[in-house]
This record gives sequence, C-alpha cells and structure tokens, in this order.
Amino acid sequence: MKHLLFSVLMMLFAPNLLATDMPLNMTQGVTEISSKVYHLHMVILYICCAIGVIVFGIMIYSMIHHRKSKGAVAANFHESTKVEIAWTVVPFIILIIMAIPATKTLIAMEDPSDADLTIKVTGSQWKWHYSYFDHDIDFFSILSTPREQIEGKEAKGEHYLLEVDKPLVLPINRKVRFLMTSDDVIHSWWVPAFAVKKDANPGFINEAWTKIDKAGTYRGQCAELCGKDHGFMPIVVEAVSEADFETWLASQQQLTEDKAQQAQAALNQTLSQPELMTLGEQVYLARCAACHQPNGMGLPGVFPGLVKSPITVGKVGAHIDIVVNGKPGTAMQAFANQLTATEIAAVVTYERNAWGNDTGDTVQAADIEKHGQQEAQ
Amino acid sequence: MNTANETTLDGHNQGADNDHEHEPMPTGIKRWLFTTNHKDIGTLYLWFSFIMFLTGGAMAMVIRAELFQPGLQLVEPNFFNQMTTVHGLIMVFGAVMPAFTGLANWLIPMMIGAPDMALPRMNNWSFWILPFAFLILLSSLFMEGGGPNFGWTFYAPLSTTYSPDSTALFVFSVHIMGISSIMGAINVIVTIVNMRAPGMTWMKLPLFVWTWLITAFLLIAVMPVLAGVVTMVLTDKFFGTSFFDAAGGGDPVMFQHIFWFFGHPEVYIMILPSFGIISAIIPAFSRKRLFGYASMVYATASIAILSFLVWAHHMFTTGMPVFAELFFMYCTMLIAVPTGVKIFNWVATMWRGSITFETPMLFAIAFIILFTIGGFSGLMLAITPADFQYHDTYFVVAHFHYVLVTGAIFSIMAAAYYWLPKWTGHMYDERLAQWHFWSSVISVNVLFFPMHFLGLAGMPRRIPDYAIQFADVNQIVSIGGFAFGLAQLIFLAVVIKCIRGGKQAPAKPWEGSEGLEWTIPSPAPYHTFSTPPEIK
Repeated sequence: MKHLLFSVLMMLFAPNLLATDMPLNMTQGVTEISSKVYHLHMVILYICCAIGVIVFGIMIYSMIHHRKSKGAVAANFHESTKVEIAWTVVPFIILIIMAIPATKTLIAMEDPSDADLTIKVTGSQWKWHYSYFDHDIDFFSILSTPREQIEGKEAKGEHYLLEVDKPLVLPINRKVRFLMTSDDVIHSWWVPAFAVKKDANPGFINEAWTKIDKAGTYRGQCAELCGKDHGFMPIVVEAVSEADFETWLASQQQLTEDKAQQAQAALNQTLSQPELMTLGEQVYLARCAACHQPNGMGLPGVFPGLVKSPITVGKVGAHIDIVVNGKPGTAMQAFANQLTATEIAAVVTYERNAWGNDTGDTVQAADIEKHGQQEAQ
Repeated sequence: MNTANETTLDGHNQGADNDHEHEPMPTGIKRWLFTTNHKDIGTLYLWFSFIMFLTGGAMAMVIRAELFQPGLQLVEPNFFNQMTTVHGLIMVFGAVMPAFTGLANWLIPMMIGAPDMALPRMNNWSFWILPFAFLILLSSLFMEGGGPNFGWTFYAPLSTTYSPDSTALFVFSVHIMGISSIMGAINVIVTIVNMRAPGMTWMKLPLFVWTWLITAFLLIAVMPVLAGVVTMVLTDKFFGTSFFDAAGGGDPVMFQHIFWFFGHPEVYIMILPSFGIISAIIPAFSRKRLFGYASMVYATASIAILSFLVWAHHMFTTGMPVFAELFFMYCTMLIAVPTGVKIFNWVATMWRGSITFETPMLFAIAFIILFTIGGFSGLMLAITPADFQYHDTYFVVAHFHYVLVTGAIFSIMAAAYYWLPKWTGHMYDERLAQWHFWSSVISVNVLFFPMHFLGLAGMPRRIPDYAIQFADVNQIVSIGGFAFGLAQLIFLAVVIKCIRGGKQAPAKPWEGSEGLEWTIPSPAPYHTFSTPPEIK
C-alpha cells in the first residue's frame, strides 16, 4: 500500500513540478531583512523536519514491529513522570532557541527610523496610489493586463495579473519608508522580495520600510481580501540605481508640470461628441467597468447599473457631482483627484450616451471646472 | 465491569417498561421533531453535519474548478468570494461543530453512565434551530446582490459599508448558530458535572468527556463575543454606529481583535474533541492503556487557557506595536508544548502495543501524522517575521486545512467508524471503509500539500485568478480536491450500508476498547443507564 501511495504521488507531482518555473520555496528576496526572514524560515523548517523524522520514525517503527499480526503482545506501562517531564522541557528549550533569532529580526523589521525617502501608499478598490513626500509626485498604479486575457480571449502574457500601468519606482541602497493607508476597505501591500507585508487600514497609518540591494523589477499583490477584484490589484516595483532615480524624479516633476499645463489648456478646448465618446469609453473601461460592468448593467444589489439610471439620464449636474465627489458611505469613489477634468467630462458624456441612454448631452472640461467653482462658493 | 453490565441491562428494561406505560413513542417525522432522546438528537446532529459537509464541499468544488486554470472561466469574482465565504462558514459552523455536538450527544451520557443529557428539551431546541440558521444563510446566496462575500472572517469595513444587503441575514444566522452552540455547551457541562454515575470520579472520565467539558467552557466564553461582533457589524451597516469606522471615531482593527478573540479559541473548539476521540481509539487498537492520562487532561486545559492569549497572531500585519507582536509570538509558540505532549503520549501508547489497523485506527494514525504537519506549519506561522511572508497566502490555507480536514474531520471519520457498530448494531463494511480511507488520505495530501508551495511562491489566498506561474500546481491541487470530494461519497455508502444491515455487532466489537458504552448491547437500546452503573 505504501508503494502504491508513493508511486501515485510521484506520478502526480514529478512531471508537473519539473515543468513549472514556480519556485517551491520562499524567496530570499533582495534586502537584508528578506534574507534574514528566509533563513529564519529555513531554520524552523529544518527543526520541524527533524522533530517530524524522530516522532514519525518512532511511530512507524512501532507500526511495523508492534503489530498484533507479528505476534506483538501489549506491554503494560502507561506513565512515566521522568519521560513526561523530559518531553515537556525539551520542546520548551527548542522554542527558546527559535525565539531568539525571531525576536532580533522582528525588532529590526519594525524600526522605520532614519529613512531617506518616504512614500505614502494608499489602497483603494482596486488600485494603489503612491505619493512621494517632498517631491510633489503622486500617481495611481492600476492593473494593465487586458480584460481579453483574463476572459481567455487572448493568450496570457508573461506577467499576467502582475503588471501595472505605472510601477512604483524606488532607489536601491536607500532606506525607503512606507506609510500605508486606505481610502475604503482594508488592503495589504505585499512585495515578497522585500519581505514587506503591511495592512493598509482606512483612517489609520501603518509604517514599514525597505532597503533594496539589487536593481530590478519586483512584483507582489494585495494580500487582504478587499472585495470583488482583490485578485486584480498587483504591485510592481521598479528598483533603480540612485542616479537613475534622480533622473526619474526630475522627469516626473516635468511630467507633472506638463500635465497641469495641458489640463489648463484643455479647459478652453471643446471636444466633439465622437472624441468625447472615444476617450470616455477608454476611461470607463479602465476605471468604472470593474464595478458598473462594461455593459453598464452593474451587479444588481452590489453595484448600481447605469443604464437608464436616474443619475445617467437625469440632471447633468448631479451626474458630474457623483463622479467628482463620489458617494460617501458607498464604494463610489471621488474621482476629482484621479482623473483630469477632460477625462471626467468624457466619461460623463460616455455614460450619458452609451447603452441606449442617448441623452445627447455633451459635457466639456470647462463644465467640470465650473462645477468645482460652484461647489467652492 | 460485570456488575455494571447487568445493572445496565436491568436499567434498560425498566426504561422500556416506563415508555410503554406512559406514552407510545411517536413515529415518522414527529419522532425526530419532538425527540428529547440524546441518541436521536445525536443522530440528527450527525446527519445534519454530514449534509452540511457535502454542501460546503460542493462549494469547495466550485472554488477548485475555477482555480483549475488561470483566467476567469466559470464564475464571476463576486460569486467566487461568496463561495469561499460560505464554504468557510458552513464547514466551521455547519459541519465540524455540529458533528462534535452529535458525538457528544451520543457518547457523553453512555460514557459517564447517565440516562440522557441533563436538559433534554433544550437539547431538542438547540438542534432544531440549526437547520433554520443555515437555510437563512444559504438563501441569501440567491438574493439580489448575493450572499456574504467578505470571507468567513468578515473583516470590517468590507462587511459593513461595502457589503451586500443580505448581510443582515448573515448576522441573524450567525446569531442562531451561536445560540445553538451555547445551549449545546450548557447541556454538556450540566450533564458532565451532575450526571456522572457513582464512582465516575473526575480522573476516571474518558478523555472524550474531558476534552468536551473544556470545549464547552470555551464555547460559553467566546460565542457571546462572536454574537457581539456580528451585532456591531449589523449596527454599523444599518443603524449608523461607527464601531469600525474611523470617520466616526471607530477602528477597523478593533473588529479583528474582537473577532479573533472569538476566533482563536474557536480553533481549539474544533480540535479538542478530536484529541478526545484519538485518545480513545489509539489505545483500543494498540490494546494498551493510554499513556499519560493525567498529562493529557492537563495539556488540554493548558491549551484551552493559552487559546485566550494568542488571538492577535492572526493579525501580525495589521500594524501592532513590537511589544504586542513579541508577546503574541511567544504565547503562540508555547502552545506547541502541550500539543507536543499529546502527540508524544499517543506515540508512547502505540509503542510496544499490539496494534491492528482497522479503519478507525487508520484514520487515527493519519490524524496524528497529518495534524502534526499542520502543527509544524502552525509553529512556522507563529514566528512573526516569517509570518509576514506566509500571512494571507496559500501557506495559511494549507495550514488550517491540515488541522481542520486531516485533523478535525479525520477524527470525526475515525469516531464514526469506531462507534458505528454501537449506534447501528452492525459492523460496517471494512473493505469499503478501507477504500474510503486510502482514497481520502491520498487525495487529501494531493489537495493540501502543494498549497504550501503555492503560498511560499507568493500566491495570495481568496483570489479567483492567478499569475501563470501558479497554474501547474493549482491544477494538481484541484485534481486532489475533486478526488477527495468523490471519496467522501464512499463514506456515505459505508454508513448507509451499515445502517441497513451487516454482520451483527457484539456489545464490544473492538478487542481493546474500554469504557461504559461497550458494556451495553449493540445497537445501544433507546434508553440506557436508567439505573446508574457502579464504577469501581
């Protein structure tokens, strides 16, 4: 029977596991801490294996030699204070041996002081937002795997579900401090290569830090169930040399300025309805479709549909308002800081004319701006 | 024991006479609806738990089918989340806990020489509210917006502000389950404390009775905490309170503290009775007295006490102070000591025994080995720095399925085979039962062992789709899952076959078994120990 068991297991595991490129063990990672964590993991694993070999070994020995069919007659002992004290004390000592390195590593991990760079990480359903302190750079980082790949209409790419439109860029050899928080539910920011996993709690700020030794691209995922698309909010970190990081910072600051100018210029632009619809559809599929669905039907009872809804065929002002400010107490986010005025105008136009809503309304960037000003008054 | 045997038989006759004098036993559905007999109620609990086991299992099949390959094929992510949530709730509250209550009902009175449970009417009620709790829970799956989709741990604010409208039904059903568990626990405590036969002193109690007594105290301590936390979820969602909402001065992490203050003892509620079962079966088939009875009792009590001091090890990544992390890490590691004592005692019981390998023993041995593997991964999870890497990955999924499936559920299977002859009066089909064992033990390892690798490689839990590097291993896991699911149908076949007929079982079908339940005939008469037996 044991041979059968073994051969079945071998048949099931061997060919597949050899074919896959999945690592079978925890990553050593690319930071001093992640390496420490890996070694801690291995030490405990080996200790557990050793205990397992001894305990199961004794058990299997007695299963083989102390069986009735071999004529074994039961002995009569049923207690021994000495033995019982021994197997209470010995595990206790082993535990203390495990606890010492664990304590040291933990204390090192929980010391985010003297950081060179601070980044605020904000989770929201279902994307990450990164804000570089003292550099006036901030952006969203959103899954970039096309929907067609997820639905099986296209071949899946190499980094399927682990790719984003704009990765977090970090310098190597510098202590980076993360401040984690969330706009809605609890998320958890996890990059295995750094051994950093910290919950992003709404209304509270958590600290974590890392110091990367090696340039490269590192991927992770949200680790705390955060709703429907929990499996679709990856983390990608681009670790670059310090010089490259400075260059990147400069280019991003330039980009931020350019964008601000463009947005200003766009306020005076009037786009045609087809232009608005095209842009609107892009924005809608990237930002709105996760909840309201690509066909605008929503998920009844969870996310409201937009087809002929009082918002999308009602007053334009109310429609703009809910997109700009969100709806507190629900999953509807405020998009004022997530999208440009042009993008908001386009997506509102799209929602008012797609799926047979056919209101014929067009909304321009200037209308969004005007809405903001009215609010301020 | 001879005297005990005779008294029992007399007692049974008296009981039967009384029955005839007063009222005829109702038949059909009424017998089951109005029954106050501990054996009937035990049977109801066991069947209910098995139906729930298959229901929750069917949901696991949906999960594994979706995860068979990358991409979204069968179900939408929102429905996937409902499946993981309801699978967890059903298996914990519908399968494992009622199974143990069923075993307690059947066995505790027979083991301590009592005629019935102390509070028979409450016993009836505590069972009969359960089906309604689960009907409510399951019906929510068919409502607009779907059933609970926030994980069986229902972390706020996902379960409050962002949850479907059916959350009220989820809360209500958890309340009913809690009431049922508390009543069951009160009954167990009152029975054990007051109704032991003369001479059944504390240190003579079978370990199953001891472990259940301690479990019952855990239940009474923590089920009200669960009731409290679901009520807070209810008022946060529907009545404008802000227990878990920072905007109103609350704290979402407080939810986790309260939940796990229930949740961790709950883990031991689901495993302590197993320890009792294994402590009955290992000596029986080793034909040798249990090694270290007293230390088993003390170890169970220590585990129960420690279980109140470790809840935050589920929350190491929530941003606790280092001091708290260290405290919870040390306490969690400490649990390995009494748990180790138990494992060593069982191995020492087998040592130089005269062992045979009937199905209950096979399941018990598999329990010891596989539960210990779950214990090892538990110890690894206790190490906070390493936990940062394991937390919320498939490594955790592997860990708790090793302790719950190959732990709790294997022990329940072992118990079923061990006591089936006593319950039905027939021997089960040993050949078919061994098929059940071997197919289960192989498939369960194909199902759960590779999950360790998935977790270490970085696959988070509760995701409906995954990166392609995880594809091959997920496929193996799914195949193991389907096989394990099918294997349980063999169990159903064995049980039905055993109820319908089979070799007549003697009063004591197992050579090495000990305890009062083996002094009464098989099947156990409807009323037993109406006159208490005397224990020397």
